[in-house]
Amino acid sequence: MSGTIKPVLSDDNFTRSAGKQLGLYALLALGILAGLMTLLSFLASGSGGGTSGGAIDIENNSITITLRQEPPQLDSGRSTDAASFGVLGHVMEGLLSYDRAGQLIPGVAERWEIREDGATFWLRDNAFWSDGKPVTAHDFVFAWRRVVDPATGSQYAFITYPIKNAEAITNGDLPIQTLGVSAANDKQLEVIFEQATPYFDKLVAFITFLPAREDFFESTNGRYAADADMLLYNGPYLLTEWVHGASMRWTKNPYYWNDEKGFLDEINVAYITTDVNAKLNLFKDAQIADTDLVAPMLPEAMERRWHIDRFMDGTVFFLEFNHREGRITKNKNFRRALQLAQDPSELVYKVLKEAAYIPAESLFPSWIQGAGDLFRKQHPPIKHQMNIEKAREHLELARRELGFDTWPPIVLLTGDTPVSTLSAEYYQELFKRNLGLEVRIDLQTFKQRLAKMTSGEFDIVLSGWGPDYDDALTFGDLFSSWNLNNRGRYDSAEMDGYVRIAQSELDPVKRMQAFAEIQRLSYEDVVVLPMYERGWSFVVDPRLDGLIRRTVGPEVDYTYASIKK
Amino acid sequence: MWSFILKRLVQGVITVWFIATATFFAMHNVPGDPLLNDRAMTAAIRANVEAKYGLDKPISEQYVIYLGNLVQGDFGISFTQENREVNDIIREHFPVSATLGILAVLFAAAGGVLWGALTALYRNRMPDYVIMFFVILGISVPSFVIAAVSQLMLVGVNSALGATLLPVAGWGTLSHMLLPALVLGLGTMAYLTRLMRSSMLEVIGSDYVRTAKAKGLPAARIFTKHQLRNAILPVITVLGPSIAAITTGGFVVELVFAIPGLGRYFVQAVQQLDYTVIMGTTVFYGAFLVFMVIVVDVLYGFIDPRVRMQ
Repeated sequence: MSGTIKPVLSDDNFTRSAGKQLGLYALLALGILAGLMTLLSFLASGSGGGTSGGAIDIENNSITITLRQEPPQLDSGRSTDAASFGVLGHVMEGLLSYDRAGQLIPGVAERWEIREDGATFWLRDNAFWSDGKPVTAHDFVFAWRRVVDPATGSQYAFITYPIKNAEAITNGDLPIQTLGVSAANDKQLEVIFEQATPYFDKLVAFITFLPAREDFFESTNGRYAADADMLLYNGPYLLTEWVHGASMRWTKNPYYWNDEKGFLDEINVAYITTDVNAKLNLFKDAQIADTDLVAPMLPEAMERRWHIDRFMDGTVFFLEFNHREGRITKNKNFRRALQLAQDPSELVYKVLKEAAYIPAESLFPSWIQGAGDLFRKQHPPIKHQMNIEKAREHLELARRELGFDTWPPIVLLTGDTPVSTLSAEYYQELFKRNLGLEVRIDLQTFKQRLAKMTSGEFDIVLSGWGPDYDDALTFGDLFSSWNLNNRGRYDSAEMDGYVRIAQSELDPVKRMQAFAEIQRLSYEDVVVLPMYERGWSFVVDPRLDGLIRRTVGPEVDYTYASIKK
Repeated sequence: MWSFILKRLVQGVITVWFIATATFFAMHNVPGDPLLNDRAMTAAIRANVEAKYGLDKPISEQYVIYLGNLVQGDFGISFTQENREVNDIIREHFPVSATLGILAVLFAAAGGVLWGALTALYRNRMPDYVIMFFVILGISVPSFVIAAVSQLMLVGVNSALGATLLPVAGWGTLSHMLLPALVLGLGTMAYLTRLMRSSMLEVIGSDYVRTAKAKGLPAARIFTKHQLRNAILPVITVLGPSIAAITTGGFVVELVFAIPGLGRYFVQAVQQLDYTVIMGTTVFYGAFLVFMVIVVDVLYGFIDPRVRMQ
């Protein structure tokens, strides 16, 4: 009997050969993964996003950009959000539009006339829909009737209320045919006002007043403007491709009449993301033509010697008081005390440090136009002086009037964005330091903050207001007693009187005086405490010319953009 | 086996019904109002919008209507994307999330098993320490940090090369998927590595492995048949829920890499109180999770016959 005894595996030997085996499996796994990925990429190619030729494609005269958000849909009669406005501003055109400097210019309307009782718009002959048919006055009549139709459920229906019977129709009291708008012929649109509306020309540049063609609308079977082929276009660009959530393609509209707009053959929206860092990375990689910069990005941008631009987006932010009965903030001395104890420039320059923000001096932002010149120049707001001594005096007066021994905590309602939480914390500390007040911050999501504002569950709320149209009234009527957006329920006969004048006075100088009174009253009666006017820093690829950031109208406007030759 | 599958399926349906009901009532009791917007609505306009979405009916009636539609597979129309059906949103965006998720799980599973086995083989030696260091890192660093940092690194690599090695963001081709899938799978990969390592160590010290060695079986055979196959079972167990978790939890990665997946809609819907989309995506994801658990149970039976016997 002879034989060799097999050596028992030593640990080291075992590990070595097991390791070899493992390496083999790893190779196998890699192979399988590579195969699967190729397969998956085939499957996914249908649901794909835009493949782009980089930020600026000189050969094809096209650029690539991002959108912050996808438009929920593009039905102008129901749109309420900036994303929709941004897209519609490129693919549609209303009666009037804006030039490079933000002044009103003729759009579909060649000329117009605004009278005390109504307005007439004469439409141009060379305005066409993207199927080649002319844009007519009937298209506006149809679109505007749809806006006020209760069945449409348009949230922006209120903006049409200067038109005769608009409000009654929305309330379901009158049929839609009674709306004060009619087509005298194909090219003449007649409007009858509910009351004199001297700013009606500025109003019709707004998105809710865009046209829609009835026969096309009917043919979409309730899916109007839900997809690229479910909408007719009459703007400088056409929406030729829309992959939901992923990408869009805007192509030059061959039927568009104005040679001064639409210089690019194609605008490629290849990415939709709210992530500013992702956008910055795409910009650095030369994949997109422009991007926003937030405060922490500025040092790097300067180091790279980028040309940093900034613009005001038109929104004013303010602390809004709750003027309802039974609230501490109903007391004027209390409000005055808070007013005197703060200075918005400290918030903007020392706390927020956003380079494009400016301290707000009034309810009316600095860019609002007056009669012939800037409103701010003609009617400068009252110069605010911080005065802690006087603030404490007013607080003491308020304490006696209200009969408190000690102050209960004040509820400061705020949204959950980084800037608003930072601001809220600043005021909490400020009012504690200067007035000894206890401020309780109530941090809420967007919808919940609105719900609490509407039901009045706050003492002070961090709030803001952006313009709908380019007229002082978009801010001026905010604190009239009937305005539903007056969520602090400020109610004053004096204010209401000025707002009525501002709404219907035909003499522009007198009208601006009414706004000046509103401005004065909002300071003297401490309706709100202005915080800041919001602005954005941004950077554009140096090869691109003519990109406009707007205060009113589409926020980023590429209609005048072209590639440098 | 078949009765086992059937039983699990019935349990699954009940679970989904429960999810749907709980979500429905939780959603309606969340503070806030889906119709509130920046611009206040007059009572008349508000009534028009409420009627459009059936919100004017009492909540019990809404629930009955909702369940009826659910049985027919109709989730209704989105509140915020007014002309889009929730079914369309799921149909268009789930495949994107699923592709990304499957890829991520594949990375995670392959990586987890291989690294786990490696660390167990070389336990308490250099490869073990190095890999376990990265595992701890992968488990503790949240995915949004990894996503942002890896994207930034990619920008650096691209600009250093002077060409686009991989796209920084977007979706459509294989090259778009590579980095997001890796980032998405990283956390799970780290977790699976640890799981595999401990399970492997347990097997290595077991009697049947010693017996196998004593019998003189070749090392490769012991490693594959006795060690790997037994150690992999716990990994398979968690794989099913992982697939669902990864596929549904890719929101941050989808945001950073601008990927049109369903995760974005899921999260946005909750923020905006978009009732129909909340219901649609929650029920869909719930059903998906339940289904994956059932699949794993069945699969388990094939890998380990002992389970089937019971």
